[in-house]
Amino acid sequence: MVSLTIDDKKITVEEGLTIIQAAKRVNIEIPSLCYIEGVESIASCRICAVEVEGRPNLVASCATPVSEGMVVKTNSQRIYDARRTVLDLVLSTHPLDCLTCEKAGNCKLQDYCYEYDVKVSSYIGKKNDYPIDDTNPFYYFDKNKCILCRRCVKVCSELQCNNTLCFSERGFVTHVSTPFEGKLGESNCVSCGNCVSVCPVGALMPKSRVKFRTWETRQVKTVCSFCGVGCEMYLKIKGDRIVGVAPAMGPANKGLLCVKGKFAYGFVNHPDRLKKPLVKKDGVFEEATWDEVLDIIADRISGIRQKYGPQSLAGLSSAKCTNEENYLFQKLFRAVIGTNNVDHCARLCHASTVAGLAATLGSGAMTNSIEETLNSDVIFVTGSNTTEAHPVIGAQIRQARLKGARIIVADPRRIELSKDAEIYLQIKPGTNVALFNGMMNVIIEEGLQDKEYIEARTEGYEGLADTVRSYTPERVGEICGVDPDDIRKAARLYGKADRAGIFYSMGVTQHSTGTQGVMSVSNLALLCGNIGKESAGVNPLRGQNNVQGACDMGSLPGDLPGYQKVFNPQALEKFEAAWGVKLPDKAGVTVTEMLAGAEKGNIRFMYIMGENPMISDPDINHVEKSLKALDFLVVQDIFLTETARLADIVLPASAFAEKDGTFTNTERRVQRVRKALEPPGEAKADWQILMELMKKLGYEKTYGGPSEIMDEIAGLTPSYGGISYDRLEAGGIQWPCPTRDHPGTKYLHKESFTRGKGLFKQIDYVESAELPDSEYPYLLTTGRVLYHYHTRTMTGRIEGLNRISPESFAQINPVTANRLQLSDGSRIKVSSRRGEIFTKVRVTDVVEEDVVFIPFHFADGAANYLTNSATDPIAGIPEFKVCAIKIEKAD
Amino acid sequence: MGANSCCCGCIDEKLQEDRLREIIGKYINTKGALIPVLHEAQTINGYLPESVLKEIAAGLNIPLAEVYGVVTFYTQFSLKPKGKFKVQLCMGTACYVKGAEKILEKLKEKLGIMVGECSEDGSFSLDACRCIGACGLAPVMMINDDVYGRLVPEDIDGIIEKYRNMQDVVQDVE
Repeated sequence: MVSLTIDDKKITVEEGLTIIQAAKRVNIEIPSLCYIEGVESIASCRICAVEVEGRPNLVASCATPVSEGMVVKTNSQRIYDARRTVLDLVLSTHPLDCLTCEKAGNCKLQDYCYEYDVKVSSYIGKKNDYPIDDTNPFYYFDKNKCILCRRCVKVCSELQCNNTLCFSERGFVTHVSTPFEGKLGESNCVSCGNCVSVCPVGALMPKSRVKFRTWETRQVKTVCSFCGVGCEMYLKIKGDRIVGVAPAMGPANKGLLCVKGKFAYGFVNHPDRLKKPLVKKDGVFEEATWDEVLDIIADRISGIRQKYGPQSLAGLSSAKCTNEENYLFQKLFRAVIGTNNVDHCARLCHASTVAGLAATLGSGAMTNSIEETLNSDVIFVTGSNTTEAHPVIGAQIRQARLKGARIIVADPRRIELSKDAEIYLQIKPGTNVALFNGMMNVIIEEGLQDKEYIEARTEGYEGLADTVRSYTPERVGEICGVDPDDIRKAARLYGKADRAGIFYSMGVTQHSTGTQGVMSVSNLALLCGNIGKESAGVNPLRGQNNVQGACDMGSLPGDLPGYQKVFNPQALEKFEAAWGVKLPDKAGVTVTEMLAGAEKGNIRFMYIMGENPMISDPDINHVEKSLKALDFLVVQDIFLTETARLADIVLPASAFAEKDGTFTNTERRVQRVRKALEPPGEAKADWQILMELMKKLGYEKTYGGPSEIMDEIAGLTPSYGGISYDRLEAGGIQWPCPTRDHPGTKYLHKESFTRGKGLFKQIDYVESAELPDSEYPYLLTTGRVLYHYHTRTMTGRIEGLNRISPESFAQINPVTANRLQLSDGSRIKVSSRRGEIFTKVRVTDVVEEDVVFIPFHFADGAANYLTNSATDPIAGIPEFKVCAIKIEKAD
Repeated sequence: MGANSCCCGCIDEKLQEDRLREIIGKYINTKGALIPVLHEAQTINGYLPESVLKEIAAGLNIPLAEVYGVVTFYTQFSLKPKGKFKVQLCMGTACYVKGAEKILEKLKEKLGIMVGECSEDGSFSLDACRCIGACGLAPVMMINDDVYGRLVPEDIDGIIEKYRNMQDVVQDVE
C-alpha cells in the first residue's frame, strides 16, 4: 500500500495505481480525454496534467503511478493554464458546430471547453477536411471532429481485439483509419460499436433515426437480452422510445457490448409489436380483451384437464423471460394445473450440460467467472463459436491471449478464434468424445495428470484410464480427421498448464451423445485438476440471456427451482407447504416429447411463452404437424412469430425493457433487469399475465411486483437463498448464495464438489445418429451468426443487421463446390430425410470438404427443416449438429 | 537501397516472395522485429505494397492495422512505388528556414510531379523528408545516396539533368 496526499486529502491505496485512479477513490475527478478505465493509459491528450511536489514539470496523472509520500495538486493556476492550452490546441482543427452536433451535451470536449472557458482556438490555420465515412449501417465516422485521443484504436485493438482501426501517418495529417484507408463498411469491422461508446467527441457516432438531445433523455441501467453473457448497459430513453444504448462497467462485460447489444434495440419500439390479445376465429385473428382471453384460456385448461387429466397439458417457458416469470410459469403448471410438463429451450441447447455436469460435479453450470478468463494460462475452446455467439466473452478470450494465454480451438469450422489459436483442430462434427479421450490418453501416457488432485478429490479414475487407453492419437486422428501430432500438442499444452479453462457450447451438447460429450469435458478437466480453481474450470456458455435462470427456476420437467427433484419427497413437501397444494411427483415430458405427444394426442393443450419452436426446433415439418394437432395452443410473445400464427390465442407480452426482474447470466450471476418503458398498447409483463391467469384458475396468490416473487424464490431455492432486490441494487450476485450475508460464489467446487467427489465417467465414442451415405452424401451442421439472435423475431426487425446478414446461406468447401459446379451465390436445394429448403451457397474453406454449415436463424431456408430430432437418451437434447443431406443446384 | 530498387517489377515475382519469406523467417521469433523486417522488405522492390504488408502481418502475427500504422508513420517507408532516382528534400526546421520551400517548388516544376509521387516513366520520385542530420548544409536534398547541400533553385536543373543522362546511358546499355 502507498500513502499519498491529493488536494490535501490523505489516502492510502494499493501500489501500481496511477494518480488519476487514486484521485477517483476520493472523488476527485481529474479531466481526461484519452484515458479509458482498465486499459493501459495512452497519455496522449495531456489534459489530465497535475502538479507533483518536487517535480519541475506537470505530469500526466493517467500515466504516473502513485508513490509513497507523494503530494499531488489537481487544481492550480498553472494546471488551469496548461489545460487551457491543451484545449486551445485541440480546438484548432475542431469544427465549432455544437449547435447541431449530435454529441452536444455528452461531449467531453464541449464540457471541458465550458469548464475552462475556451471559446475559440487562438491558433488559426489549416483545418481538416475529410469526407464522412457512413458505410457502416450502425455508425458514421466524421474524422473532422476526431481529436486523436486514440481511445477508439485502443478499444478496437486491445479490448475488442478486432484490429480494424489504426493510427495512420503523422503530424497534422495524423488520422484514424482502417489499413489502406478502406471504408469501414468494407473493413473487418464487426460493428460492436465499442469505439463509438468510448469516443469522447462527435467523431464516431451511432446513426439514429430519432433526433434527440442528450438532455432530453434519461438512462436506465439494465441487462442486455441478447445472449447469456449478461452485459450490463444503459438504455437511453427519450419519451417512450429507446434512442440509444451505452455499455455499463458490468462484471461480465467490463464496458464492452456487441453489435446486438449496442445497436439492435429497435425491436422494442417496433410497430410490429403485439399490442392486444388475439383470438383466432375461423382461422383469423381478432382482437379481444384480456378478460375475454384469460377466461377462454382458464376455461380450456379446466376442460381439458378434466377430460384428459393434467398430463395432457404442457408448457414451454422462456429463456428470454425473467427468473420471476419462469418461476411463475412452472408454478402455474405444477401448482395450479398439476403437471410437471414444463420445459424450455434449454432442452435444445444445454440440457446435456445440466445432466452431464450434475452427474460428474453435482452442479450443471459454468464453474468459473467470465472475468477469470483474463488470468488463464491456457484456454481450450471447443464447440463454441465464441466471437459470434458470445461476442463479449470472445473478446475477453482474445484479451487473455494478448496477456499471454495460449489458445487451443477444436471445432469443425475454422471459426474466427481459430486464428488466435496456437493449436487448431478441425475435427469432424460429432467426434468430440473421441478427441477428449485422445487428449486424455496422451496426458495419462505422458504422466501429465494431476495425481494428487485425482487422489484427493475424485473417484472413478481407474475406469477412466482403462477407457481412454485404446484412444491413441493415431486412432483418434483417424476418427476426428486431424493430425495425431496436433492431438498430442493440444494434450500437452492443456495438461501442462497451471490454470486451464475449457469453454464449450452447442458443438459439444447438441448431439445424440451430448451428455457423454459434457461428461467427457468434465473428465478432461478433472484429470488435470482444473476444477475448483480460479481461471480454470469447465465453462458451458449458455445461449440465451436467461437460460441459466430458466433452468435454475425449475422450467424443467424433472426439477423444481434450484434443481430440487420432483421425485424427492423432502423437496416436494417443502414446496407443497409453501404453495399450499398437492404437487405431482412424477417427472413431466420434455420439449421433444411434448411435440411427439401432441402428434399422438397425448398432449392436448400447450402454452408457449416467448419461444418459437417453428424455427428453433428440429424437424420443423414435424413441429408444425404436432402443434396443429393440439386442441388448444396459447402463445405469449412480443411479436406474431411463426409459432404464434398457429395459436388459438396470442397474448401480447413485454420486452425486457418494459419490466422489472432478474436474469441469471452464464456465469450464474443474478442481475437486475429494470423497467425503462411502458409496454405498447395493452401488452403486459409476462409475470402479470401469469399471475392473472393463475387467479382465473382459482389460485389467489398475488404479488405486488417481481421483488416479491424473488423473495418467494429465495425462500424455496437454497442457491438463491440470500438474493433479494435490495441486495441486487449494489450489483449482481453469483449463486450459490445461500444466505443474506453470503457474498455469492465466484467459482464452484473450491473445497469440495457439490456432489462430494468429482466423478470420472467412462465414456466411449459413439457415432452420430445419422451419417452421410450414398443417398445423402453430405454432413450438415448448424449454428449461429453474430448478427442474429435465435429465430430473428427481434434481430430480423433491425435494418442494419439485415443489411449485413440478410438471408440464409450454406457454407460449402471449395472442393465440394467444384464437384457440384457451385459458386458463390448459387441457389441450391438442400434436402434431408425430413425436409428440404432452398438457400444460397457461400464457398469457403471455413468448413472441410463435404461438410456444410447452415445457420438456423432464418425462417426462409430454415435449417431445422433438415435437422434430425434423434435425441440424447439422458438429456433429451436433439442432434442439431449432425445430419445427412444432399445438395442439388436450383437455378 | 539495393540494386533491385526499381518500380517496374522486373524481378521475378517468385524470387521476391521467397526473399520476403526469408526475411520474415529470420525475425519470426524476435520481439520488436517489425521495423527491421519492413526495412529489409522494402529493399526487395523499393516500396511496400499492400500484399507485402499483409504477408508481414500474417508472418509476424501482428495485426495489419498496426503494421499499416507503423509504415505510414515513418517517412522512410513507402506504400507507393519509388523512382529509380529517389529525390528527397529535407523540410526540417533548418532547411525550411533556409528556403527549402523554393527548392521544392522548383523540383515539382522540373520533375512534373507532386510530393509523394513517382514520374510516369518510373525514373524519379519526389519526397519531402524530415531532418537528415546535415543542417550545416541547409537546404539539403538527397538523390538516392548522394547529398546536395546549400542549394539554390538555380542548381536544380543541372542536378536533375545529370541523373536524366545517367538514366539514358543505363537504358542504352540495356
